[in-house]
Amino acid sequence: MLTTFLLLFSFISCSDSSTDATAQQAQETSSSEEAKTKPAEPQQRIVSLGGSVTETIFALGEGDRVVAVDASSLYPEDVLKLPKVGYYRQISTEGILSAKPSIVIASDASGPKESIEQIAKIGVPITQVSSEKTLAGTEKRIQQIASLLNKKKEGEKIIAQIREDLKLVQKPEKSPKVLFIYARGIGTLSVGGKNTASSEMITLAGGTNAVQEYEGYKPLNAESIIIAAPDYILLTTRGLDSLGTIDDLLKLKGISETPAAKNKRIISMDDLMLLGFGPRTGKAAAELSKLLQK
Amino acid sequence: MRTFVFLCALLVALTFLSFSNGAVSISVTECMYILLSTIGFDVSYPINNIHQGVLLEIRIPRTILAIMVGAGLSISGALMQGLFRNPLADPGLVGISSGAALGAALVIVLGWSIPFLEYWTLPIAAFIGAVISTICVMRLSQMGGKTVVTNMLLAGIAINAIAGAGTGLMVYLAEEDQLRDLTFWTLGSFGGAKWIEVQLAFLVIVIPSFIGLFLSRSLNIMLLGEAQAHMLGVSLEKIKKTIVVLVCIIVGSSVSMTGMIGFVGLVVPHLCRMLVGADNRKVIPASILLGGSLLLASDLLSRTLIMPAEFPIGIVTSIVGGPFFLMLLSMNQKNQVW
Repeated sequence: MLTTFLLLFSFISCSDSSTDATAQQAQETSSSEEAKTKPAEPQQRIVSLGGSVTETIFALGEGDRVVAVDASSLYPEDVLKLPKVGYYRQISTEGILSAKPSIVIASDASGPKESIEQIAKIGVPITQVSSEKTLAGTEKRIQQIASLLNKKKEGEKIIAQIREDLKLVQKPEKSPKVLFIYARGIGTLSVGGKNTASSEMITLAGGTNAVQEYEGYKPLNAESIIIAAPDYILLTTRGLDSLGTIDDLLKLKGISETPAAKNKRIISMDDLMLLGFGPRTGKAAAELSKLLQK
Repeated sequence: MRTFVFLCALLVALTFLSFSNGAVSISVTECMYILLSTIGFDVSYPINNIHQGVLLEIRIPRTILAIMVGAGLSISGALMQGLFRNPLADPGLVGISSGAALGAALVIVLGWSIPFLEYWTLPIAAFIGAVISTICVMRLSQMGGKTVVTNMLLAGIAINAIAGAGTGLMVYLAEEDQLRDLTFWTLGSFGGAKWIEVQLAFLVIVIPSFIGLFLSRSLNIMLLGEAQAHMLGVSLEKIKKTIVVLVCIIVGSSVSMTGMIGFVGLVVPHLCRMLVGADNRKVIPASILLGGSLLLASDLLSRTLIMPAEFPIGIVTSIVGGPFFLMLLSMNQKNQVW
């Protein structure tokens, strides 16, 4: 019986003491860092939650102030080196606070709400910005973040650039039907309906969303795809990777019968660029419209 | 007796580890000073405001809640195993968790909210789900005015299936983000623990658990079989109903506050039986202590393993507890010291 106690105890205590030691180490280094930088100026340290929020902060030229991001922040590349505090729908309060932020900028879809409240209660200002995945939402988000960071001029510039880019969209005579497939491996294919980020982007690029019968994303149904008869099939790069190659996709039931598959009109674009509605929205629409000409 | 002293010491040690560890590093000394200054002492230590906030608003409530939920789930497991006279019984058997999951899924996917109590909609719905499914199981297990335990088991299986179908429908209807929320909910977390929840938990977890302690003698007698227990003057109907009601309140409220945390209710009573023998008068108090410790240790791991992010606690309880339990079982088979 005694051995169990010992085992139980040593098991728990050894796993804890190791984290204790690293925690203490971390504390030592961080406190010496603090001593160097803190008194000089109240340096703004930003924690950013949400892929397009992070992308906007970087586009505004404030990327070097970002000290931690959420798992959906994947662009620009510098972001990948920063500590991750969890997926933005499931953030860790302490993880965010451990980055010693002076401000947290979060998409208003961030959660859980308890964590958002806790952060505010502890005295770290947390600002939530629009998570709307539309062109208007993009502009609103950029304005909100720009005014938070005292970069209104730069914000207007980005918005002007987006509008400039959108002028490059070539509207075809007959708007092609585009089917968006959200994939996470074969067997988990969903199709984008109305009021989705994908449908909004397709419209911006001069296409028509192939599915008008429902809202949101629904599991793929082979028969309804055949009826939808899309001229193009659109995926995200990671989505296509999860399926293998374009040829693997073309073999799937339902898809193989569509005009898009017969003409091999499959388009894939970077996830965050296509669906993020960040500062690259205009470029994404222009690029997609070009691909829809082929 | 030595066992109980040890279990208490373990719980206290883990509590302090939990206070002083996490993504934000706070030394044990600073913890002590913050605690002292909170209860009114004048300390000359330079207390960091953020550290104080983290300790008082995040770590202490989550530590206390983890202990209470762990204790509650474990005593519920012990009570269910006593009721069914089967060491494989756990609170999920009477449909509590699946009912709660359906309630939560409805709220997450359909976006319901209760007027004036918007904030509490999810926990309330989960709790109502747990209560409804338990009532159904209780009703279905009545036969000639008596509660038949085998019927309860079968009714539980059926109700679990029906609630599971409802949850499946919600999963089908859910959008990407809702699906994520739902998945995270089913894996449990103490991340959002607040003082108000700690106070609530005292009412709905600690008090029912305390009542549960008094049932241990009757459970011992029930081990002999229902007929014998009846002969010995145990009021079977009353005991059965009390157990189900207590377990429903404890587990229903635990699940609704922290999401689903598997494994604890099943395994802790087993571990306790290995430590103190089969006597329910010892198993039940030991379950409270060990359950609290186990869940607290799991929570500690969940928030330190992948700092600064957090791991869902349901994964930790299973991945750490599962192999550990298997190891104990195989040791148990090799030498019969137990």
